[in-house]
Amino acid sequence: MRRVPVLSWLAALLAAAYFLVPLYATFKFSLQMKRGELSFESYRSVLSSDLFLQVLGFSAMASLAAIVLGILLVVPTAYWVRLKLPGLRPLTEFLSLMPLIIPPVVLVFGYVRIYGTGSVLPLTMTEAGTNLLLVIGYTVLSLPYMYRAVDNGMAAIDIATLTEAAESLGASRLRTVATVIFPNIRSAIVSGAFLTFSISLGEFVVTSLLSRPGFGPYMVQIGQDYAYQPAAIAIMAFAFTWICMVLMELFATARPGQGPFRRRKGKKG
Amino acid sequence: MAHLPLDGGTARPRRRLARTGWRWLGLLPFLAFAALFLILPIGYLVRGAFQTPDGRWSLETMAQLFSPEIRASYWLSIRLSLVSAGMGALAGLVLGWALILGGLPGWVRRGFMTFSGVASNFAGVPLAFAFIATLGRLGLATLVLRDVFGLNIYAAGFSLFSFWGLALTYLYFQLPLMVLMLTPALEGMRPEWREAAESLGASPRQYLGRVALPLLAPSVLGCFLLLFANAFGTLATIYALTSANFGVVPIVLFQQIRGNVLYNPNLGYALAVGMIVIMAASNTVYFLLRRRAERWRS
Repeated sequence: MRRVPVLSWLAALLAAAYFLVPLYATFKFSLQMKRGELSFESYRSVLSSDLFLQVLGFSAMASLAAIVLGILLVVPTAYWVRLKLPGLRPLTEFLSLMPLIIPPVVLVFGYVRIYGTGSVLPLTMTEAGTNLLLVIGYTVLSLPYMYRAVDNGMAAIDIATLTEAAESLGASRLRTVATVIFPNIRSAIVSGAFLTFSISLGEFVVTSLLSRPGFGPYMVQIGQDYAYQPAAIAIMAFAFTWICMVLMELFATARPGQGPFRRRKGKKG
Repeated sequence: MAHLPLDGGTARPRRRLARTGWRWLGLLPFLAFAALFLILPIGYLVRGAFQTPDGRWSLETMAQLFSPEIRASYWLSIRLSLVSAGMGALAGLVLGWALILGGLPGWVRRGFMTFSGVASNFAGVPLAFAFIATLGRLGLATLVLRDVFGLNIYAAGFSLFSFWGLALTYLYFQLPLMVLMLTPALEGMRPEWREAAESLGASPRQYLGRVALPLLAPSVLGCFLLLFANAFGTLATIYALTSANFGVVPIVLFQQIRGNVLYNPNLGYALAVGMIVIMAASNTVYFLLRRRAERWRS
């Protein structure tokens, strides 16, 4: 119909170069640890370090805890707002989006002041308290994404009918949410969970300012001490982000009980 | 009207109010969480910003934001965010247009979209590492440019750890983010509009300048503001790149929390409030622009 879109191709090629050159360069760099040959030595060096596994384990646990906390907070709330309080939707939406406006450094500044030594609720006095604060911080940072994912999932199913059906069969409210609503939006939740995981695992600011032995601060330290290992970490982090995004996308598009590829948001216009 | 047949009527506003009065209890856990871990910490900082260290209410602390050092730090942050958002918005508009309206095959578009989803989330410390390995003093691209093309970028004044190096690094997540955010607007450009313009005798340039760009302008501007806010709050990338030696506001605040570098804790609060104000302003304008942009779609 039209001629070959030269300009479009040019733009796409330039962008592809900008995106791929750093990845290629980083990968190549990461292979050069042994002089004069290409090897995976830097990867071996990173992966075999006890500290690496330790901080990764810590961050993974904290991220998982943040996911669970996020689900427990967001699912009932989004459900309740959609079902009973559509008028309060702007409020919950605003609150869930607030973390996008508040930079993490500001948020954690508030935390260390309010929940620090000498406050009413000195969470940072104990190890467990600080860990709890870290998990809460991760939950807050991922709140916008979790809320959006869950809310989109709920838009795709008919909550009102499902609830009525469950109630007419004698299910309690809690049971309705746990056994009817939850399974129906499971893929939306999982999709939000993967995003949360990818945000939290390498998080630096909150982790560092709460002095937690997480993966983010560890990476910064490696960056200061070594040359080739950081490149290996960058490649692994990119692969990890990629996997999280693919899984997220996969679960976000798969909606039980709906047409296979309905991706439009369920808003009536 | 999919749900809530009971709440539809306006005839019994009082009863509806009474119902809402109990129902909001279902939101209590969420609201309590938000109050404790969002509102309260911010409120604390805001209060501190309007007090002196000895607890007197005053505008003195906020006024210190305008001292030369702090102002320089804000100005640096704003410039870096403006430049990186501008680059991201422009490049994202061009790339997005090429992908969605430019007649490229579907696989190119899908590939970029998937990649954008990943790259827009590939920020922080690993991104810094990738760019050090690429454009650092011994980065691969730096060496190739020097040895193959005879172009020594560091001798020419470029440094990854300077303003433009940082802006170029930020582009790695700003550009894909722009593409992702602008896609709905670009998809909303109806072929009929182009056909109407063409049938009225408009040249492609006229269509672009008089129809397409004005229609896209609110979206583009809105996304630009979001990119601005995104860059303004970025800390980890810059920290890992410059070892905290680049005095943008988040870095100054970070150092302030680590150890009292400003010699006045309340100035830290003021710094934080200043950041919130800038972030909130750009997000609010973004929101207004988006509402305006949505008038054309639906």
